[in-house]
This record gives sequence, structure tokens and C-alpha cells, in this order.
Amino acid sequence: MSELHDVAFTLNGKPVSARVEARLHLADFLRHTLGLTGTHIGCEHGVCGACNIMIEGRSVRSCLMLAVQADGSNIETIEGLTERNAIADLQREFVARNALQCGYCTPGVLATAAELLARCKPSRAEIREALSGNFCRCTGYQAIVDAIEAVAQLPPDRGT
Amino acid sequence: MKAPAFLYRRPPDLDEALALLADGAGGAQVLAGGQSLMPTLNMRLSKPDMLVDINRIDVLRGIADRGETIRIGALVRHAEVLESPLVARRLPLMAMVIPHVAHMAVRNRGTTCGSIALADPSAEMPAVAVALNADIVLRKRGATRTISARDFFQGLYQTDRGDDEMISEIVFPATTPDQIFGFAELSRRQGDFATVGVAIAARNGLGAIRDLNVVIFGSEATPLLSTHAAGISIEPGLRNDALTDIAHGITEEMDPISNHQGRSDTKRKQAAVLLRRTLHDMRERAAHVGTA
Repeated sequence: MSELHDVAFTLNGKPVSARVEARLHLADFLRHTLGLTGTHIGCEHGVCGACNIMIEGRSVRSCLMLAVQADGSNIETIEGLTERNAIADLQREFVARNALQCGYCTPGVLATAAELLARCKPSRAEIREALSGNFCRCTGYQAIVDAIEAVAQLPPDRGT
Repeated sequence: MKAPAFLYRRPPDLDEALALLADGAGGAQVLAGGQSLMPTLNMRLSKPDMLVDINRIDVLRGIADRGETIRIGALVRHAEVLESPLVARRLPLMAMVIPHVAHMAVRNRGTTCGSIALADPSAEMPAVAVALNADIVLRKRGATRTISARDFFQGLYQTDRGDDEMISEIVFPATTPDQIFGFAELSRRQGDFATVGVAIAARNGLGAIRDLNVVIFGSEATPLLSTHAAGISIEPGLRNDALTDIAHGITEEMDPISNHQGRSDTKRKQAAVLLRRTLHDMRERAAHVGTA
């Protein structure tokens, strides 16, 4: 049996603490230990982007970070982002355009889009560049780019 | 898959980290950004006894202007380099290259020094360090040494770093007004590892490009610094077919690896095209600066 480590952090605005094995990655901790299954696991080696979450307001691959490394940080998953309406505009535009089919990649795509929109008013080229880190095998990306662009075009006080 | 079991330590200072590496007798590995280490753990391609997480060691943070040099600490993330006005102004080649490094979420965690320590042949940072002739600072318990990036890379994922050493910082020569840079890479999609790429640092004197430091990477086991290019001068009126000849001359030095990304001879031709385009672009910019 390997060692256990204490970990405490803020998750979706609430404190979380646990004892974890060092080898447990953050995505498994969120899904299996905490039951927050909105964070998806695709490739588990950092290629697909399905497990993207927000740490200190930036998108991060939760499969490429150990749960113990989350200690002291401020983390938001798709559940928290949805609950506080942080990505409501994105979600509305995704639904309006069917910018998802199976939906497996969507939580990770939304994390990427949320960080991108928080940083700038991206062009279509910039949106596509940002999405290069997220695999979607259903949509062909066109509707995803359209949806993110639609939110980028909203007046500043409306965009998420 | 899931990572194998390992011991995890998060030392609060550098001395303790170096002691853990020294006592680890080769079984301890540094964890900084983890964006290459974690995939190898999840796929069980590596099985360290211990990970030494350096993320709480404050002296390893920060990009610093030291006058003639720019220092990048071991905890500086790619995203920090990308957003740094200091890098944009004083390390233009780095600023040119960094958008090609991985994707936003990976850049938010991955580090410059980690990329250089790993020495993946298709990574951009080792090539930039060789092109700019950066110095790599290695620390171990009781000792610090500096090695030129040009002597650091020894083979596929092999470097001069000992198991008990870690890169504490990389020191780049800051750009001077007469310098000119070029970069291009071929990859299947934005942010992917390069099949082949070129990074170039040179001097521009009255529109002529001299002192060419041409590095070819991705196709080779280690970044290749061209000796052929060092003796070349690109004059303002040089014809395009002469540029093609220069590009072919440089690619003669290559020893490309054949793999799933392409055959050896294909990569040599791809490198020649990238070189011709990049040198052409640099010649146009040099002429513009030269007449300004």
C-alpha cells in the first residue's frame, strides 16, 4: 500500500479535503472520489482535451496533474461553471447550433472557450487555434467555432 | 491506464529538493509542469521511485532581465513566456516560437526548462536554446554548473544532465538590434510535435544576413546546428534559386530519423522547403530594416 497525502482545495466555490494516493490523477479524483462525472476522460495522456478543467481561471488537463498537486488551489469543473452561470452564453449558443453531438468533448471544449473568451475577443482563426487542443470527432468543429464566435461578438457586459 | 505507485515529495526549498535527488540514486525524478512526465506515467512508460514536486520552490520562479541576458527559471510556464512583454521585446525568437508549443491547457502547466530537460527531438524549446546559444544551469547537492545548450543535447531524450541534477534556470543572451530571426515548422495540426522545423538566429548588416545560426529539429535525434550555414552570407539581391541551393546545402548535414511521420529523405526535402521559405522571409525583412 502506498502512502496517502492530505489534499485540500477549493472546488466550485466549496472547500474539499481528502487523503489520496500520490499516483491518483486529478481527473480520477474528481470523477471517482467526488462523483463529479462532468469532467470526462478520453485519452488520459493529454492529447484529447476532454478532461480540461479550470485552475485559477486557466484551462488545465486534469489527467496530467496529480490530485495531490491540487492542494491549495482554486478549481472549477463544468458543474461549477454551469452552476454559477459563468458559461451560460456559451451553453445557449452551443445548443442553438447543435455544436455537439455525443457531447463527450463538450465540457473540455467549454473550459477552453471560457479561458479564451476571458482573455480576448478572438477571431475565428484564434478560436480554431485554441480548439486545436480539443478533439471533437462528431461535429467537424464548424458549429463549435460558430458558437464561440457568437459569444465573442456579444457586447462586453454580456459575454462569458 | 493508470500511473504506477511512487513516493511523492514536495520540498519547500531547493536544498531539500537537491538532497532528495541525490539520495534517490537515480530513482527520483523532478516534477515541474508534468505535461510530458504525466503521460509517460499514465502509460507506464516510466516508473520512478519518487517524484520530487518543485512547484513550491519560489526561487525557481520568474523571468528576469539581467541586462545582457534573460533568465528563465525552472517553474516558468510556457503561458508565462507567451504573455511576457520582456520576452516579446528581448527574446524575439522565443516569442515567435512559443505559440507553436502545444495547446493552451498544456502551455498553462508545461515549463520551458522541463521541455529542455526532457529533450524530445520534436520539441521547439531545445532548438531555440541551441539557436540562441543559451546557457543551462544545472544544480545538484553542493554544486552548480553551467553548460551551453550546444553541448547539452546528446541523443534521443539524452542530455548531459546527471540523475542527481536538475535544471534550475536557463539563461538566454538578450537580442541585440542587429539580430534577425526566423522560424518555421511542419506539423499535422497547430500545436502538435513537429515533423521537421527550423529555428534561425543571424545578424543583419545593411541588408545582408550573416553569422547564421541555423538549427534543424524534429527530424533529428538532437537539434542540429548547421556548420555549413555558419559560413554563408545572404546578400540583399541574392536570387531565389541561390537560396534554394543554400537550403539544400544545409540539409546535406541532416541525418533524419525515419518514422511514422515520414521517411528520412522526405524530411530532408521538407526541411529544404522550410529553410528556403524562412531564409526568403528573413531576406525580405532584412532589406526592409536595412533601408529604413
